[in-house]
Amino acid sequence: MAELTPSQREAYWSKTSRLMWTIMVLWFVFGFGIHLFAVPLNSVSIFGFPLGFYMAAQGSLIAFVVLCFWNARAQNKIDQEFGVSED
Amino acid sequence: MAGQTSKSFVDNLGKIYGGYAGGFIGFVIVLAILEQMGVPNKVIGYCFVFLTIGVYAYIGIISRTMEISEYYVAGRVVPPFFNGMATGADWMSAASFISMAGGLYLAGYGGLGYVLGWTGGYVLVGVLLAPYLRKFGQFTVPDFLGVRYEGRTARFCGVVVLFCASFTYIVAQTYGIGIITSRFLGIPFEIAIFVGLLGILVCSMLGGMRAVTWTQVAQYIILIIAYLIPVVWLSVKLYGNPIPELAYGQVLDQIGQFEKKLAIVKPHAAAFVDAKGQFSWVEFNNFWALVLCLMVGTASLPHILMRYFTTPNVRDARTSVGWSIFFIFLLYFTAPAYAAFAKLEVYTNVIGHPISSLPAWVQNWSQVGGLLTIKDANGDGILQLAEFVINQDIIVLSMPEIAGLPYVISGLVAAGGLAAALSTADGLLLAIANALSHDIYYKMIDPKASTARRLIVARVLLVLVAIVGAAVAGTRPAGIIQMVAWAFSLAAAGLFVPLVLGIWWKRTTTAGAITGMICGFGVCLYYLIGTRYFGMAEWFGIRNISSALFGLPVAFVVTIVVSLMTKAPSKEMQDFVDSIRVPKGELHWVAGTAHD
Repeated sequence: MAELTPSQREAYWSKTSRLMWTIMVLWFVFGFGIHLFAVPLNSVSIFGFPLGFYMAAQGSLIAFVVLCFWNARAQNKIDQEFGVSED
Repeated sequence: MAGQTSKSFVDNLGKIYGGYAGGFIGFVIVLAILEQMGVPNKVIGYCFVFLTIGVYAYIGIISRTMEISEYYVAGRVVPPFFNGMATGADWMSAASFISMAGGLYLAGYGGLGYVLGWTGGYVLVGVLLAPYLRKFGQFTVPDFLGVRYEGRTARFCGVVVLFCASFTYIVAQTYGIGIITSRFLGIPFEIAIFVGLLGILVCSMLGGMRAVTWTQVAQYIILIIAYLIPVVWLSVKLYGNPIPELAYGQVLDQIGQFEKKLAIVKPHAAAFVDAKGQFSWVEFNNFWALVLCLMVGTASLPHILMRYFTTPNVRDARTSVGWSIFFIFLLYFTAPAYAAFAKLEVYTNVIGHPISSLPAWVQNWSQVGGLLTIKDANGDGILQLAEFVINQDIIVLSMPEIAGLPYVISGLVAAGGLAAALSTADGLLLAIANALSHDIYYKMIDPKASTARRLIVARVLLVLVAIVGAAVAGTRPAGIIQMVAWAFSLAAAGLFVPLVLGIWWKRTTTAGAITGMICGFGVCLYYLIGTRYFGMAEWFGIRNISSALFGLPVAFVVTIVVSLMTKAPSKEMQDFVDSIRVPKGELHWVAGTAHD
């Protein structure tokens, strides 16, 4: 297998980094951002749950699971694009 | 399974563990029938404790191995789905299983900091670390530090942090095992700890990572069944809805009504409130501090990171992080429901009832080291809310009895708690023993040691660490969840920065990483010990379970500043980092760094 040229490697890593930052921002939003508003959100009620409580107990958790699988998928695509995914 | 993991075993994992799960459910049903036929509770408790430990021991013994790569990384054949389950068990410890719902019960919204912190960290693991550490492909986390920061100093610092964090963590697990065996075998706590210790050792001693991996998959299956059944049961009983995570909206509603009736000033779902129910900046700040420390700690704990050394390749390591958090999620999104149901049952069945009419479980739990006290303070014979003090470590274990479910469910929950504590203790013990035997003994003291000798040293150290851990746990140093949170802070302050920057910032130098580790870890440790043992005042009201809030920024700043002040890493080292970043292709080792 041919190694990546320095410019290819740079392109690969900048795509990878962009994915990393995208996911980090979403991680921050779901891990911290929305819970800053827990007090006002709690006055909204869905299925009997105060919304602020619901987001911290379930909503964010679902987002984390999705983020992890999405990261794996998106990174695999980048790997394939550059021909560096494993056989 | 002889010395090496066979392909047919890996191909048939689905069938093997499917059959095992079915067998376990059958076993629970048989015990349920025996209970109806009048078999005493004590016998049922014994069956659950001994039979499950027996199964783990069996897996541990048939997985014994004398191959280095089998012992340290399970031969790197663990499929992502099963590695996800094993990580789930490795991850979910006595703190998650036994204490977390109890914390939620007592703290309401405040307890959700644990739920968020202990799940969100996997995003960091999957994005920042796991695939690159897998590509690096050695045996331990300090291995990475030793190669990336060329030399023994970084490796040694890594081992020190690893030891402090994992040892604190293991003490908490042994304590949890002590509570369960003490209650369900009816023996004193101090003896129960050593019975549990045998359970830990049989799994990990002979087969190392290989045995621990396949035992952890088995333990995950038991712990998740044990956690879900009681809540599902209550949900069906009260609302006819088999999905408790949806039904407990109504429970929260009913709890709200009880809170009005009992004049409770701190509502269950209210965010950032103090004991008086008022918004509090101290609670607000502590919530964020805790969430951050637990998340970063997740991405720094060696016993978790080393699980991703066991997948066949880099791609599988990434997918495996997804499965890990999925399996963890199953328990974590149930925990707040568990807490809510337990609270409702206590408000309905316990508070406001005559003390003389309380069932036997009150008596049984009162005997386990002051974890439950009932005192008729006003002498009216009726149990008031203020007269009922329950420790968060026994809420999950006692809930089936509080709710009046058959005793077989209590036994099941005990088996689940035991599985959770044992599996984590095994992972931790292995992380410590591997660091001592591989990083200290083999890499620093005797690089010429033969394979057999290395594995014997690893096993002797394993037993020693386990015994010391049990002895410390016997002194009951603190609550489970508190000790575990300390472990997370210690790991976060000491390991996160050198690991992440080592991969993502090529400019990180050896001097920068080492000073950063020492300063970050030092500040964290200083704050923890100072506030805990020497009455030091808290900084900004931050509790010491979030000590890494101070250690982490110090580690970042020091590492970056010192790195920029020192000479950039060599061209070879930069090539090495480049080769770690790409899944395919050979690693460009730097000459002189020790690797196998």
